[in-house]
Amino acid sequence: MNSIGEACNDLKRDYDACFNTWFSEYFLKGHTNDSMCAPLFKVYQECVKRAMKDQQIDFHEVEKNLLGTEQERKPPQKPS
Amino acid sequence: MTRFYEHTTIFNYTWDQVAQGFWKRYPNPNSKHVLSEDTVCRNVRSGRLFSTRLLSKTNPIPKWAERFITSKHVHIIEESIVDPVNKVLITYTRNLGYTKVMSVTEKVVYRQSDEQPGKTVAVRSAWIDSQIRGFSRAICAFGYERFKKNCNKMVGGFNYVLANMFPLQSTVTTTHATITATSKLKDAAINASALAKSKAVPIYASLHPNQS
Repeated sequence: MNSIGEACNDLKRDYDACFNTWFSEYFLKGHTNDSMCAPLFKVYQECVKRAMKDQQIDFHEVEKNLLGTEQERKPPQKPS
Repeated sequence: MTRFYEHTTIFNYTWDQVAQGFWKRYPNPNSKHVLSEDTVCRNVRSGRLFSTRLLSKTNPIPKWAERFITSKHVHIIEESIVDPVNKVLITYTRNLGYTKVMSVTEKVVYRQSDEQPGKTVAVRSAWIDSQIRGFSRAICAFGYERFKKNCNKMVGGFNYVLANMFPLQSTVTTTHATITATSKLKDAAINASALAKSKAVPIYASLHPNQS
């Protein structure tokens, strides 16, 4: 799968490979330390953030967390 | 106005398998409309994995909607939380831009099935809104139908990826190991993969680029 920035494709591929290994072999088995892929993530992130800026994507909007907050949508109330 | 949609799907895979497959579900034969996928934020807090991903997708719309939307692509933000202890994966997805024209928010909760061990239940909820005066009903109706169609594509595509990652899953039985087991397992793997592919291809073949 491509990155939003063509220049980031290789960095994304390397990071994703590391993450998928870490997720299956470590995280799902109870080892939650996420430093294993941190260096790859850092370089990949710098590239993605540059690409997002070039494409005028609003960072503030992207980084807003709604899941688990008051702003999360709720199913309509069922009539009692 | 808001249209609300709710649907439950069962995946014939364990929660661990679904959680691993979640990050690898693109590309698949049903995801030609997904153009890019990036992780923009990720950390572990209190033993749970929090991620935010940015996706871009093509945005096929009917002719009458072209006056409201000029972009051929739409950006999607996907937040997710993976709880490996309770085996719950929650995703929360929304579009960026054009949200007043049409906003689609989707929440999916993936849990182990209590009734069917070894399977995963996905409960999907979605809210489709529009704030365009005079057109909101039509826009919501269009959005709702497109969403339903895309959900079927997504489940088919996800199953395709899971079948390739875990080919023995659909044919696992509690048999004793025998000398012929190896060749049987190999045949089963080929069959499961072929079955998944044959299920995915008709779904993909029925897509038309201009389908709204």
